[in-house]
Amino acid sequence: MSMTHPTHSPEEHPVLETHGLTIRFGGHVAVNDVSCAFRQGTLTAIVGPNGAGKTTYFNLISGQLKASAGSISLYGEDITRLSAPARANKGIGRAFQLTNLFPNLTVLENVRLAIQAKSRIGLDIFSMADRHVELIERAEHYLHRVALIDRARDTASSLPHGDQRKLEVAILLALEPDILMFDEPTAGMSVDEVPVVLDLIQQIRDQGDKTVLLVEHKMDVVRSLADRIIVLHNGFLVADGDPAEVIASPIVQEAYLGMGASSHV
Amino acid sequence: MLNTILSGDFPRSRLLTIVLIVIFISLAFAPFLFPGTRSLSVAAKICYFVVLVASYDLMLGYTGIVSLSHTMFFGIGAYGVAIALNNMGASWGAVLLGTIVGLLLAVVVALVIGLFSLRVKALFFAMVTLAVASAFAVLASQMSWLTGGEDGLSYSVPKILTPAYKLMDDKLFGVRMNGRIVAYYLVFSVSFVLFLVMLRIVNSPFGRVLQSIRENDFRSEALGFQAVIYRSLASCLGALMAALAGVLAALWLRYTGPDTTLSFDIMVDILLMVVIGGMGSLYGSVLGATIFILAQNYLQNLMGAVSDATAALPLVPELFHPDRWLLWLGVMFVLSVYFFPTGIVGRLRSSS
Repeated sequence: MSMTHPTHSPEEHPVLETHGLTIRFGGHVAVNDVSCAFRQGTLTAIVGPNGAGKTTYFNLISGQLKASAGSISLYGEDITRLSAPARANKGIGRAFQLTNLFPNLTVLENVRLAIQAKSRIGLDIFSMADRHVELIERAEHYLHRVALIDRARDTASSLPHGDQRKLEVAILLALEPDILMFDEPTAGMSVDEVPVVLDLIQQIRDQGDKTVLLVEHKMDVVRSLADRIIVLHNGFLVADGDPAEVIASPIVQEAYLGMGASSHV
Repeated sequence: MLNTILSGDFPRSRLLTIVLIVIFISLAFAPFLFPGTRSLSVAAKICYFVVLVASYDLMLGYTGIVSLSHTMFFGIGAYGVAIALNNMGASWGAVLLGTIVGLLLAVVVALVIGLFSLRVKALFFAMVTLAVASAFAVLASQMSWLTGGEDGLSYSVPKILTPAYKLMDDKLFGVRMNGRIVAYYLVFSVSFVLFLVMLRIVNSPFGRVLQSIRENDFRSEALGFQAVIYRSLASCLGALMAALAGVLAALWLRYTGPDTTLSFDIMVDILLMVVIGGMGSLYGSVLGATIFILAQNYLQNLMGAVSDATAALPLVPELFHPDRWLLWLGVMFVLSVYFFPTGIVGRLRSSS
């Protein structure tokens, strides 16, 4: 059903792979037999109409949901049975579509926790968290990158929506994962804030060592950023390939752009 | 220096700082400032209740765990020492053995409850802990050959802690320096150190993870923290501290029974102290425990005085009759929760 991927040779080992990934909620199959491989240094956009299963597919990969069938492998290792925290520790980082922060903690602390997660000192009960200066400095570095450093001491819940979205991105960056999963990172942002986040994503892609998965509705964004697009529709993977090619394909025109283009572009 | 002792967690409110210093000085010099058996007992109770309430706040306020079995751990510590002293005689060896056995049992029970039930919803966990604590209280009252049943255990403590022991022949500032003073300072200093240890724990990298789990466990897991592990460890630390508070209570009271340790009434008191003082700040437990225990012990006297002073008026003396002290205690709590929903500490900090 899917097109073959044109830009990579098949012998190159993928970082992340899903094989026949499926999840059912009662009678409804939200993600249906999705097989797809993601290679290092690439940015793959996942598009599809609302309810196509994009976020559910993300939840399956990062472990918030357990697959009904199929498997997920990371660097060739089967991680289907691992919990969300175990997958995060293995380098799968996730930003959420609905803003998902620690509301009563400071902006800095939100990011510092992500750095701390990476540094594995969570079980240290006798040192003072504020004395781990290098963690705080790294957290501040990421707040600089999303232009939130001026709000570092405020609580996360006091930020306006757009800034909360940027904080969500900063948390993901601070985790310093191998795989970065962005779920509509610019949704609900004002026009002048969007480039900040898109530039960041572009920088990460240009670094070349990370694997980025991006759920995004805005077709212009997808076209400029993505190395590859996959299309989900009713839980099925219906198209996979080079951005221009996929966008032009009849199945996408019918399944997605035909109904959604005008409202999103 | 002070920063290290307080783990960088300052009261962050001038009034709160003053109140805490007053409480600290009052407790540190209680035998001299408030001489008398009763006031010393109240001061000692405040000390070990600060530890008990702070250890509960570690779970409820910092981690978001609603447990109703905290008195069980308090009781395990107290009974450990009580049973050891009762059977082995008044030696420090018995105190040590009782403490170690009590702490081990507390940690094991907390770990088992935690690993089995901290995955489930908060309300269900509260129910599980309530059931376990009730079962434990029944067990303690049934095994009367070991625990003294409903009557509890009265026992001797090491001689240095008893009134019969003379620390010095002369009085100091008019206070007789006997073993009760030693016992008080044992309770005070251990409580103070345990409080500082907990202050360090909540400000450690571990403590920060606990707060992240309280705020948003889903997000915390996505960062890589296994919530069930952290919650279980927080429960174990809470249980350990509660058991140590129980040890202090057992040594101070020289009596351990269901009413002083295991009863659900005490669980409710602890909850009220945490809520009145302010959840999510250990300083709240100092304020909560102090105010509550003072009210419990002196409200009746105060009302007696008010009632006598207003004897000439109609109705008023009846309203403040000392027998109605529980009613007024209840009114106080309703008002304090209504006016200070974030507790006294939360109120003081937000106004500064």
